[in-house]
Amino acid sequence: MAIFGAKQVLWRSFTTVASHPLRVCIVGSGPAGFYTAEKILKRHQGSQVDIIDRLPIPYGLVRSGVAPDHPETKNVINQFSRVAQSGRCSFLGNIALGSSISLVELRELYHVVVLAYGAESDRVLGIPGEDLKGIHSAREFVWWYNGHPDGRNLDPDLKSTDTAVILGQGNVALDVARILLRRTSELAATDIASHALTALEQSSIRKVYLVGRRGPVQAACTAKELREVLGIKDLYIHIKEADLKITPADEEEMKSSRIHKRIYELLSKAATAGPSQPSSGQRELHFVFFRQPDRFLESYDKKGYVSGVHLEKTALKGVGSGKQIAIGTGQFEDLSCGIALKSIGYKSVPVDGLPFDNQKGVVPNVKGRVLSDNSGDPTSIENGLYVCGWLKRGPTGIIGTNLYCAEETVASVSEDVEQGVLGPATNSPKPGREGLLQILEDRKVRVVPFSGWERIDKEEKRLGSSRNKPREKMTTWEELLKAASE
Amino acid sequence: MIKTNRGCSSNGRALALHARGTGFDPPHLHGSVLRHQIMLISRLSRAGFFIAKELSRGGYTFLSRTRFRQGSCGQCQHSPLELLPETRAFQWAIFQKRHDFSTSASNNASEGGDGQKETISVTFVSKDGEEIPIQVPVGMSMLEAAHQNDIELEGACEASLACSTCHVIVMDMEYYNKLEDPSDEENDMLDLAFGLTETSRLGCQIIARPELDGIRLAIPAATRNFAVDGYVPKPH
Repeated sequence: MAIFGAKQVLWRSFTTVASHPLRVCIVGSGPAGFYTAEKILKRHQGSQVDIIDRLPIPYGLVRSGVAPDHPETKNVINQFSRVAQSGRCSFLGNIALGSSISLVELRELYHVVVLAYGAESDRVLGIPGEDLKGIHSAREFVWWYNGHPDGRNLDPDLKSTDTAVILGQGNVALDVARILLRRTSELAATDIASHALTALEQSSIRKVYLVGRRGPVQAACTAKELREVLGIKDLYIHIKEADLKITPADEEEMKSSRIHKRIYELLSKAATAGPSQPSSGQRELHFVFFRQPDRFLESYDKKGYVSGVHLEKTALKGVGSGKQIAIGTGQFEDLSCGIALKSIGYKSVPVDGLPFDNQKGVVPNVKGRVLSDNSGDPTSIENGLYVCGWLKRGPTGIIGTNLYCAEETVASVSEDVEQGVLGPATNSPKPGREGLLQILEDRKVRVVPFSGWERIDKEEKRLGSSRNKPREKMTTWEELLKAASE
Repeated sequence: MIKTNRGCSSNGRALALHARGTGFDPPHLHGSVLRHQIMLISRLSRAGFFIAKELSRGGYTFLSRTRFRQGSCGQCQHSPLELLPETRAFQWAIFQKRHDFSTSASNNASEGGDGQKETISVTFVSKDGEEIPIQVPVGMSMLEAAHQNDIELEGACEASLACSTCHVIVMDMEYYNKLEDPSDEENDMLDLAFGLTETSRLGCQIIARPELDGIRLAIPAATRNFAVDGYVPKPH
């Protein structure tokens, strides 16, 4: 009803407009969302693009994913903010797809809807003991130290143990290890959330294990992050020499992948570079290869809490095309720890009315065009609905990956607009932003515009400057919403 | 002299279109003795160039501060010399070639602000294959030059070596060999570049120098197909 009402109100204003602007809504304001916006604005001069986000703040994982000690990676925010400030683009925060507004409604309001809301959940191991206290997903931990308003209450216990196990060896795992092991005096000068800094200052964790199912040739991290963690001051690095032995299949893998070869070389070098024993009180980082978690162990004296991981040794098996997977060998060993962080991948969450491939955790699509079902039939396309970023291709890649991803999706949008595939819809006006704001006003949803974020930004920077930090992040919804309106 | 950090075989890195009869392996690793000697000579001549550059640093400071065109970046400074006619720049380039380098640089320094500005010719080849010739002041990075000339080259991390979005492909091996070897940090980022080739570099790390006059740089197109290459469950 609300839509029709809004439409009626707006109809008159549109009759005076000579041509109808292409109304585009992008859901999610991370790199995928902003790159999509930038490219649509460039290719469609008459378009009007709205980027909506669940949070009152933009930039997605650039703010809540990129580690606080990687400020240079966040420079891309400057480019994104220029997009948001351009006349034909609006950032509208604090709008949750699915509760503030439904997907069906958005598609009514806009000619084109691009979903770029990423992956806000986690893959699970599906092994016994996964619900024990002291086990967190790396995503939650990252949100916590990056001051995501939904991560603030994680409160990981870093004080009752000296050992943390991280399952996974990708970049997120390395980020988490680095944050746990790096000197807090160095972290204090970053935009790390203050609650996290305090907890890390009081942390008793000295030993971190990075556990991977496969070997050093298959590690999923990138060289920059590995070099960084290996270069932490006064850190003892342990890599078993036996794990560094390579097979002809490994050599084949390295030949076809420059990054894997360089990662292996870095690890080999690190294995022999340092002393063979840690000095007393020295922090330790152990790379554990060829182990997969079988179950989590519960503490005897602290019921309901994790006390270790039961690991199965693995061996590699070729599965064709030079790929090798880990196979359990039936041999087990225990690794004690007081906290376990699962860094085994993010997972996207579907919304009502959106076709979703639960197995792959992505929206079925062809070049960004959303397909009506998972049958793989490329002809059953959801008109005017597109995806980009992790929701489209799964939770892998770096910020720059979204550049190419957005290019592909926007090429599909343009093709459809130019060929009139979107049907009569593109020839008729759509309410767009005004219609959306009308509905949200009726529902008493408080929209935070880009100027609201600019107020938050200014205040965070002000708070940070007094503490020698680039910014002091506001980490609760209340704080953020209050600062946005002040 | 020869760095070892990239002394690795690059089998599989190059695109088919980059195979130029030397096979997949970089010539400096697996080439003949003759190749090695040629490489060494070119490296030595580069060293000579650097000495010249150091000697004429004063001139460079001046040059790098005056920009060819006003761009959108914040650090840009206005210059009354912005509208240097292309023909003049071209003549200047020829002038450079004919003269001993250090002489021309010192000439430049002594001439001060009379409008002479040392630039080199660079051709960008866009994603669509369009050739865009521009003049780049010596000392300026190719990323900056691209931006000042409205050439679509991304620079997500703003030249802080934290991304690979300004990836360019040096189109001639001869020019690629004139560049300094990439640092570990640049190589770390190149690892992640799309469509990496034998002669890939980051645009922010290629700084205009007289001997690069005539360099051609291709901006790689998004050749990767996400529909096929998309989601791969990542075992750890």
